[in-house]
Amino acid sequence: MSLALYRIDDRLIHGQVVVGWGQPLHCTFIVLVDDEVRASDWEQDLYRMGVPPDMEVIFASVAEAARQMASWQTDPRVGILLVDTAVALVEHAPQVHTFNVGGVHHRAGRTERLRFVYLTDDEAAKLRQLAARGVEVTAQDVPTAPAIPVGDFT
Amino acid sequence: MSDSSPLRGVIVSHAAVAQALVSAVSVITGIDGALTPVSNEGCGTDALAERLNKAVGSGPAVLFVDLPGGSCLTSSVRYAKQHADIAVVTGVNLAMLLDFVFHRDVAPAEAARRAADAGGKAIRVTAA
Repeated sequence: MSLALYRIDDRLIHGQVVVGWGQPLHCTFIVLVDDEVRASDWEQDLYRMGVPPDMEVIFASVAEAARQMASWQTDPRVGILLVDTAVALVEHAPQVHTFNVGGVHHRAGRTERLRFVYLTDDEAAKLRQLAARGVEVTAQDVPTAPAIPVGDFT
Repeated sequence: MSDSSPLRGVIVSHAAVAQALVSAVSVITGIDGALTPVSNEGCGTDALAERLNKAVGSGPAVLFVDLPGGSCLTSSVRYAKQHADIAVVTGVNLAMLLDFVFHRDVAPAEAARRAADAGGKAIRVTAA
């Protein structure tokens, strides 16, 4: 089954991911791609606390993710890949063809696009560029919600 | 406790859990002002950190987090790492808060241990 969800979420590992998506997908591993978290032992411990003991968490830098992507995509288990932002990963791992925008919250310069998606104009443009390159980009916070096409929220 | 500021409890939760717990403690004990609710609703990391900062203020505090993982916990632990006199407890329940509001004359770490003990003892499987 391999990676069942490629998710952009600035909270990275949290309840909506582990329970909301993890349970219905029967996910047994999470790949967290983030250079800062990869370099911080205590942050890794913190994120691991939110995950059941039978679910593996793999922490990777963007560069490591690019090297390991093929093995995760052919892993017999079901996994979820999480990133804070998709652009760098797609640059390094072009074999990623889909992204779920799951949670991008308010900060200075961002405006509300959906209840759970706030983007700057530049961030919105980058998502449209990904879509133009053939990456399927939709916004969906939980599995029971409809997937909203990138053109409808950017 | 040497600090003159009263020990504050800050409940950090998903949705409106924190507000509901604060209301319940007030109804049961008549004590107001010991607990402050913080919700992560609509918050990214930066916004939740701001809410925590505002809720804690300058005094010592115990942060009561709903789940032992996720955005409420990660933000709370980050906050505790950057500030003195902050302790973090996960798995908040009403029983631990009821105990906490009557035992705030100790340091945050001791209050957190006591609250966790009280909360844990309240979890039981009762006979039908």
